[in-house]
Amino acid sequence: MYKKGLYTIVENRPLTAAVWRMVLAGDTQYIVRPGQFIDIAIDGLFLRRPISVCDWDDSTVTIIYKVVGKGTEAMSRMASGGVLDCLTGLGNGFATDNGSQSPLLVGGGVGVPPLYNLCKRLTAEGRRPTVVMGFSTAGEIFYREEFEKLGVDVHVATADGSFGVRGLVTDAIDAAAAGFDYIYACGPVPMLRALYDRYDVPGQFSFEERMGCGFGACMGCSCKTKYGNKRICVDGPVLKREEIIW
Amino acid sequence: MVNVCDTGVELCGVRLDNPVIPASGTFGFGREFAEFYDLDILGAISVKGTTREARFGNPTPRIAECRGGVINSVGLQNPGIDAVIGEELPALRRIFHKPIIANISGFSIDEYEECCAKIDHEEQVEIIEVNISCPNVHNGGMSFGTSPGSAAAVTRAVKGVTTKPVFMKLSPNVGDIVSIARACEDAGADGICLINTMLGMRIDTMRRRPVIANKMGGFSGDAIFPIALRMVYQVAGACALPVMGCGGVSCADDVIEMMMAGATAVQVGAANLRDPYACMRIVEELPERMRHLGIERLKDIIGVVR
Repeated sequence: MYKKGLYTIVENRPLTAAVWRMVLAGDTQYIVRPGQFIDIAIDGLFLRRPISVCDWDDSTVTIIYKVVGKGTEAMSRMASGGVLDCLTGLGNGFATDNGSQSPLLVGGGVGVPPLYNLCKRLTAEGRRPTVVMGFSTAGEIFYREEFEKLGVDVHVATADGSFGVRGLVTDAIDAAAAGFDYIYACGPVPMLRALYDRYDVPGQFSFEERMGCGFGACMGCSCKTKYGNKRICVDGPVLKREEIIW
Repeated sequence: MVNVCDTGVELCGVRLDNPVIPASGTFGFGREFAEFYDLDILGAISVKGTTREARFGNPTPRIAECRGGVINSVGLQNPGIDAVIGEELPALRRIFHKPIIANISGFSIDEYEECCAKIDHEEQVEIIEVNISCPNVHNGGMSFGTSPGSAAAVTRAVKGVTTKPVFMKLSPNVGDIVSIARACEDAGADGICLINTMLGMRIDTMRRRPVIANKMGGFSGDAIFPIALRMVYQVAGACALPVMGCGGVSCADDVIEMMMAGATAVQVGAANLRDPYACMRIVEELPERMRHLGIERLKDIIGVVR
C-alpha cells in the first residue's frame, strides 16, 4: 500500500562531503518493511526522486542520500521547516521471515542506509546479524557508529585502505565475518554480483534503476528475473537470490 | 450568471462523463492508480499498448529526466493480446465502469489486423486506438505513421476486422501531420488521436554516453504542449473526424485549450507519472475553470478557435 502526502523537513545535514541525512515528519503508516523507498517531488524537476528509507518511527522517516545530480543537489539546499510532497510505502522491501539466525548485511556506499532499519529489526527478532560496509575512502564512511550502537559487529572495507580492511566488501567478509547463513545486500551491481558469485548462501539483493513513476505504472524500471519480468519499483527493489538473472 | 456545468462529450457515439482520459502507456491497466483514487471519475481509460506477443521492451535505463518532461524508451512492454484480453481487461472492468479504450501496436499489418480482430470480440472495449508510431519490420523499420500510404494501409486493414470505432494515434515526428491524418480519414478511420511522443535524446556528460540505453526515446510532458496543440488545431481543421488531443496536458486549462483547438476529448500522459492524482485533479478543476470562462457545456467549445 502506497500513498501521497506532505512531509515537513525536521533535519537536513551532511554526514560526509557528499552524503546527507534528512528527517521528515508526517504520516509513516504506509512504510511497513525495511528496504522500501519514498519518491520525492522537487520543484522545477519533472520526475520524482526515489530515495530508500533508512529508518522510520510513528511520525518521522529518515533518508540518507548522496548528492549526484540536480535533484539531490536541490535537496541538500532545503532547510528545516520546508514541506515535501512524497509518495511513501513504495517497493517490496526486505523480508525477515526466513530461518536465518546469523545473517550478513552488506552495504556499499549509499547502499548502506536501508540496512539500518533492517539491522534493528533483525536484532529485535533475536537474530545475530553482522554488518559489512564498503566505501572508497575513510572520509566517505557514515553510520558505522550508529550500527555499532545496535550491538552488532561492524566491519568496514575501504578501496584505498584508509580505514578498516583494504579492498572490497568481499575482502572484509573473508577477513572477518565467518559463519553466516544468509545475505542481505544493497549497493552497486558489481558488488551484488561479487557477493552472489562468491557466497553460496540464500539471500536478498536490493537493486537500483532509473524510474519514471515509482509505483508500477510506466514500466520504465523493468528487469528480467527467473520468475518473469518484474518492476524494480513495485516488485522490487529487493529480489531473492534464486530469481536473479545477471 | 452561469448555472449549468456540463462536462459530457461524445466520441463516435460513446458518451463520456468528461473529456479526461489517461493516455496509453502512462496508466498501465489502471490497477496502480486505483490505490490512489476511484477510477470512475475519469471519462475513459486508454490502456497500455498491446502487441500480439508478450514483450519485455527495450534495455534499461529507458527513462530520462528532461526540463519540462521525460524521455522514455520502454518499447511497448506488455503481456501480449491474449493475456490482456484474458486477465488485464477483466481485472480493469472490476474496478472501472466507464468506457475502456484498447491501444493496439504492431510491427506488421498482419499483427495490427490480428490484434484488432481479437479485441473486436471484447464487449468491455468501446474504442480501439491504433498506435502507428511503431517501426514496420517489413519496411526497413520505418514507422507506419511517417507516410500517408502506410498509415492508410494500417487503417484499412484494421477497419476490415472490427466494427468498433477506430482512432488512429499519430506520431508527431513527421513533416506534414495533416497529410497523414487525411490519409487515415480517407482509409476509413473513425477518429484521430494525436500526438504520440516526440523523438528526443539526453547525454550523461560525466559518462559521455546517452542516458537511455537505446540512445533515443520519446519525449513527453509539459514542454510538448504547444506542439501538440498546434497539430490538434491543424488536423481538426483539415479533417471531419473527432480528435483526441494528447501531449503535455497537466491541468484543466490545458484541457480547455485543447478542446478549443478542436479536440473532443483530451488525454493526459506524462503528468500521471509525477502526480498520480493528475487526472483526478484535472476532472475536479474543470467545473471551476468552466465557470470562470463562462462555459456551460464543454462540448460547445470544441473547435471554436479557427
